[in-house]
Amino acid sequence: MANFTLKVNGTTHQVEVEDDTPLLWVLRDHLNLVGTKFSCGIAQCGACTVHVNGNATFSCVTPVSSIGNSEVTTIEGLSKDGDHPVQKAWDEVDVAQCGYCQAGQIMNAAAFLEQNPSPTFEEIDNAMNRNICRCGTYHKIREAVALAAKSK
Amino acid sequence: MKTQTGTSRRDFLKIAGTTAGGLVIGFNWFSCDSPKMEVLSTEQILAQAKSFNSFLSISPTGDVVIFSPNPELGQNIKTSFPMVVAEELEADWERVRVVQANLDPSKYERQLTGGSGAMPHSWERLRKAGATAKFVLVAAAAQTWKVPASEITVKNGMINHERSGKKGHFGEFVAVATTLTAPEEVVLKDKKDFTLIGTPVKNVDAKEMYTGKPMYGLDFQREGMQYAMIQRAPFGMKLVSVNDGAARAVAGVTNVVTFGSSVAVVGTSTWPLMKAKKLLKINYEPDGVVESTTDHDRLFAELMAKGKAEIKRKDGNVSAAFKSAAKIVTAEYQCPFVAHSPMEPENFFAHVQGDKVELVGPTQTPDRARQETATLLGIPPENVSVAITRLGGGFGRRLRADYVIEAVEVSRAIQAPVKVTWSREDELTGGAYRPAVRYRFEAALDAAGNMIGYKLRGVGMNAGNTTRESNFPSGAVDHLLIETIEHASSITTNAWRAPITNFLAYAEQSFLDEVALAAGKDPVDFRLELLNRAKTNPVGELGYDVDRMLGVVTMAKEKSNWGKNPSVKQGFSVYFSHKSYVAQVADIEVASGVPTLKKITAVTDCGLVVNPTGANHQVRGGIVDGMGHAMYTNLTFEGGVPKQRNFDTYRLIRLKEVPVIETHFVDSGFDPTGLGEPALPPTGGAIANAIFAATGRRLRSQPFIEQKEFSDIQLQIKRA
Repeated sequence: MANFTLKVNGTTHQVEVEDDTPLLWVLRDHLNLVGTKFSCGIAQCGACTVHVNGNATFSCVTPVSSIGNSEVTTIEGLSKDGDHPVQKAWDEVDVAQCGYCQAGQIMNAAAFLEQNPSPTFEEIDNAMNRNICRCGTYHKIREAVALAAKSK
Repeated sequence: MKTQTGTSRRDFLKIAGTTAGGLVIGFNWFSCDSPKMEVLSTEQILAQAKSFNSFLSISPTGDVVIFSPNPELGQNIKTSFPMVVAEELEADWERVRVVQANLDPSKYERQLTGGSGAMPHSWERLRKAGATAKFVLVAAAAQTWKVPASEITVKNGMINHERSGKKGHFGEFVAVATTLTAPEEVVLKDKKDFTLIGTPVKNVDAKEMYTGKPMYGLDFQREGMQYAMIQRAPFGMKLVSVNDGAARAVAGVTNVVTFGSSVAVVGTSTWPLMKAKKLLKINYEPDGVVESTTDHDRLFAELMAKGKAEIKRKDGNVSAAFKSAAKIVTAEYQCPFVAHSPMEPENFFAHVQGDKVELVGPTQTPDRARQETATLLGIPPENVSVAITRLGGGFGRRLRADYVIEAVEVSRAIQAPVKVTWSREDELTGGAYRPAVRYRFEAALDAAGNMIGYKLRGVGMNAGNTTRESNFPSGAVDHLLIETIEHASSITTNAWRAPITNFLAYAEQSFLDEVALAAGKDPVDFRLELLNRAKTNPVGELGYDVDRMLGVVTMAKEKSNWGKNPSVKQGFSVYFSHKSYVAQVADIEVASGVPTLKKITAVTDCGLVVNPTGANHQVRGGIVDGMGHAMYTNLTFEGGVPKQRNFDTYRLIRLKEVPVIETHFVDSGFDPTGLGEPALPPTGGAIANAIFAATGRRLRSQPFIEQKEFSDIQLQIKRA
């Protein structure tokens, strides 16, 4: 066990866990930030996507020991009241079915649009292809990302 | 329209105060303010609300709380059910809060999600719940204002008496209304007067989902709760001994518990358990037949050739028809095992305390969870409470209670509250699956190309019946034989979204294309001929409405411009399942030898569309699901264990593999039927038939990408 100081959503937290504990489980089990989802655990589905220094990151394969001073942002910290342009676009387009993957989709989209504010459809598809939605809301995901890009 | 209120009288006007019974009670996770609740939280509203019936409570503030009894797994029932209640109540949707009801068989019938059956079952019950509440509110206003009830109108949560100029919101009449007697009969609205039903109402949980609020079973936490993960035995094996020394030595592991052939590692958080589980040394021995995919393939061939079949339907004289046939078409189709793989893996919270049990989690069948728990512990079912969380998908996996019972077993053993979590590897190796199945079709054509004989033999596993013997083309063929053969497999299997038909439809609709080709007929004309035969001179019993099937076929032909553009190669498919009718056309264009799937057109008759957004979601999602599993997904076994253990090898469809999908709905005038499943079955056939039209390759097994006929086809997908 070791002590880690983490900056998550602008707040500093102390946790005592093993070095190899994935950020996902630190967030979910130790910091009670359960908006970040577990699904595959091997960086294949994107449900666990968070931002580490603004980059979309699979938290399920990111050991807590690798975070250091980096700023972690989760779905809970993406905006104050769910009013990030991507969250608003998701609501406007009414994307979700079961909704379980959507926090990861939103975090991926938000980081992507930060780096590429005016993407082509091809670029949107390439970026969002790393997140699986088992309900098949892919059309709406694409539509919402495009809307968020326009509304920024 | 007048209708008897039926059972609503029983539960009518039981003033329950805050005990209306939703998940909202007793869990601190809802204490975080929902963004919709600028003024009052749902708890605050419920604290003052009076119960009108099982489905709704109204507070003196005029806020309406609607309880949605059925588990929400993405089929949008938590939005569409309350829409129906609110429509008849004439509520202001902006002032409606929706609460997921806990399991309560005394209040709700059929509190489950499966078979696309919730809406057809509850449609009238929901309408009556809204209409009876409106009735007593009006009666209360009439009494208060001393005016005739017949002169009162209700709109948008407001009660009006135009002649006297009096008006007030629902809340003002709650106290009086809840002292009144329920009506024996209630007038339901004319469908043409609906103002909420038929409009695109947004998901009631949207904001919570998009801001990461805890709402799924896996998000549930309780003070003092332990975590557990479980190593299960391979199928057909049982546990002999376990060496858990290394597992127990992992920091954070507090216990290792064995029940049956399962070994549970217990601890204070999830990650140590994932490590500890890998350190368990378990010896198993065979306990029955240990199966592999190669065994299944051999078994299918044997049973197809000489297995003893159960006859499901026999019309006319089949052997004579085949003897007299001018042409016989025969083909066999096969599909593999697939898993349900909901994005939220199986999990459940259980707290066994003496003869009482508290259960919280994602289940499609809360009553089954309760019953199996009661049976396991030998306690009355009433001693088991079940709170239903939002489900991160289900697809039929959560119809079973195996993962609930595991949590009960562990909680009983460790005498503490516990949440059992499955990893993705657990989900893919722990059952229960859609089983592999094989079909042989035979068709007899006369000299004019009429299908005079039809035979279907299905060989399945643990399915009971691999066929839908009263479905099309039954009723359209004079001489017909439908048989099923069963293999009892040690691998656990279960209903999977659109059970049986999810594969049968693909096989049958592909085969009918083969027959149309042999008969020299256009595939759509061929189906229309058969349907017209079933309409004018049906053979035996029909399990489907011919006119409604004709309706979707005809509209799909028109909307897809069937056969109008020679450069577009099209595949047609139509299927009836779960009370709804869906026809689909897949369009492929070939340029320089490269085929591109450009579009799938879907025409659906699900009766009245309650929520167009939800309906579109279900149709497109069903098509994406049907396409994904037909194209890419395969689960194979070796020694009773699946070889594909996570999404790196178990391939699910992704965004870039999804084509344009165009949806249309037939306005048939029928009451709404479910849509969680019916759009899935036709998709594999539409795509396979289009691939044949474009390339001449007939795909008789799934997944397509693993078939040798598909190996040199570089199918492109046009996405927008």
